[in-house]
Amino acid sequence: MGTIGPQPPARREEGPSIEGDVLLEVRRLRKYFPVTSGVLFQRRVGLIKAVDDVSFSIRKGETLGLVGESGSGKTTTGRCILQLDRPTSGEVRFEGRDLAQLDEAELRPVRRRMQVIFQDPYSSLNPRMTIGQIIGEPLRVHEILEAKGEVRERARELLSVVGLNPAMADRFPHELSGGERQRVGIARALSLQPSFIVCDEPVSALDVSIQAQIINLLEDLQARFGLTYLFIAHDLSVVRHIGDRVAVMYLGKIVEVADRRELYENPLHPYTQALLSAVPVPDPAVEAKRERVILRGEVPSALNPPSGCVFHPRCPMAIPECSQGVPELREVSPNHWVACIRAEGYQSA
Amino acid sequence: MRESERAVGTLLQVKDLRTHFFTLEGVIRAVDGVSYDVRQGETVAIVGESGCGKSVSALSIMRLIPYPPGRIVAGEIWFNGKNLLALSDEEMRQVRGKEIAMIFQEPMTSLNPTLTIGRQLTETLEAHLEMQASEAEGRAAELLRLVGIPEPERRLRQYPHQFSGGMRQRVMVAMALSCNPKLILADEPTTALDVTIQAQILELMKELSKRFGVAMVIITHNLGVVARYADRVNVMYAGKMIERGSARDIYETPRHPYTLGLLRSVPRLDQPRKARLEPIDGQPPDLANLPPGCSFRLRCTFAIDRCAHEVPPLIPVGAGHVSACWVADTLHGK
Repeated sequence: MGTIGPQPPARREEGPSIEGDVLLEVRRLRKYFPVTSGVLFQRRVGLIKAVDDVSFSIRKGETLGLVGESGSGKTTTGRCILQLDRPTSGEVRFEGRDLAQLDEAELRPVRRRMQVIFQDPYSSLNPRMTIGQIIGEPLRVHEILEAKGEVRERARELLSVVGLNPAMADRFPHELSGGERQRVGIARALSLQPSFIVCDEPVSALDVSIQAQIINLLEDLQARFGLTYLFIAHDLSVVRHIGDRVAVMYLGKIVEVADRRELYENPLHPYTQALLSAVPVPDPAVEAKRERVILRGEVPSALNPPSGCVFHPRCPMAIPECSQGVPELREVSPNHWVACIRAEGYQSA
Repeated sequence: MRESERAVGTLLQVKDLRTHFFTLEGVIRAVDGVSYDVRQGETVAIVGESGCGKSVSALSIMRLIPYPPGRIVAGEIWFNGKNLLALSDEEMRQVRGKEIAMIFQEPMTSLNPTLTIGRQLTETLEAHLEMQASEAEGRAAELLRLVGIPEPERRLRQYPHQFSGGMRQRVMVAMALSCNPKLILADEPTTALDVTIQAQILELMKELSKRFGVAMVIITHNLGVVARYADRVNVMYAGKMIERGSARDIYETPRHPYTLGLLRSVPRLDQPRKARLEPIDGQPPDLANLPPGCSFRLRCTFAIDRCAHEVPPLIPVGAGHVSACWVADTLHGK
């Protein structure tokens, strides 16, 4: 690992590539966490393959939705891109450089270009700081603005950008509602004028009526500042709304990637199909007619993943071959990548 | 609707319930005049956002409101011919867990981490049904099998941390069913679970409630979750019931601007993607400091002058369909 080529030569080897102006390219990313036992000697007793050979690219200005259940590795993927967790192997090419090769000092300027919005607006804001200080902190840390007055002014400006009253700068997080706090988190992410933001479940902790407000805000900001998003979520209907392309993760692997429309209208991986059918629709008449694929069992442990295709023990389409080889992501139709050996088989059946 | 059956088959009737919390910041009217009923064997949903009082109304039925600061200040809760609010603590203990069971959102915090699953199941059986230890153990294994937990005898000896989230929620369902209750109150039973597991748990709950004729109250913030399972839906906002009807009425012809807004604000997989979502502007009011008139007025696009002064009562807008809105009539077909 670690050799840098200009462009992946064979598509099948290197995973899904796309045409266009690519901002971020993730190649064969792996993140393994050792599981240790014992206090003194810390024997390694196992390895959790949180992210296992994940590849994808994001174009400038687009939103890639990354969906999966808890434990699928979607958050770890986001953290590895931001180099908050250093990858075990693989490349994260951002604006032309492989971040996995950079040391902390070299990463510092890059961190200004990539930011993150967290899920829980309650735990991601320091309760002892005022809203103004929270939003201004990145500016001080990165020594962009030094004078207190300037930082303050910029924080007030950012508050109005995210639709809050600038007077809120003097308040504390506990005085704000969940939706307001999430707007503060967004303002903080914007303060360094990043080009790329990892949105890690930014609306799942919010009430339904507020979720739509935040999604609309994220879309407006993307159009206004030309932002690129990696939008991590478990809610497939939200991702269909905001994602231009969608990647589905299961147990550390990407099982399907396609343009939004294609993925939702023509899902090819049995897991994607099951996920889609599990999403409830707020209409009893529609629900009464819907066929449901209810998956058996639960997501297996990443400590001891199944052999072959990691989904095969729960897959309604599985055949004996599925437990043998690990299926590679392959392009089944233009820009539609699936990791399933039966993708064509049962599609025509 | 089968209005005639109402009086006969009513299992639970909540009448003008008011549960307030007396805090330093003032009186928080978490539940402020809520009425609804549940018929035998039916599934009723209570839908609303965080802080609307839906959980407090369920905890009031179980008389589990922490005092101080909370207190049920008015109302009646009739269950199977008894007013629960008039029972002694001892009598209420007999109802709780035995006749009415509860399932909570977070199975990890509602199970005791230091006791085996088996002990937690047999405890209820021994307390309520006065079973002997060996009999209770047999019944516990049977319950785990019923909720689809493989190898029940081995699982009974394990602790909650050895179970996954979905399996823990199955254990909660087993505990709820253990004493053959007539009613199960499920407070956000699937919110903490993954979507594929949510579907499993809801199917399981529905199937078991049908099989044993148990009535269910499902409390949720997600309108999608209950569409498939609820017979009737109650919508709450800021401590009040603002609309009630059959599931079909509520989803197809909502007659309160809040219900309408909730339905519109969520992206739906069965409909073409919208260019833009339509949120409800603003945020829910402070329950310690409610505005006069209709609490939803400040976020409502249909508000008229009257909404600012007079609290709208629940008025019939169709058979078995009521809405607390002064302009409910004009919302038809919106």
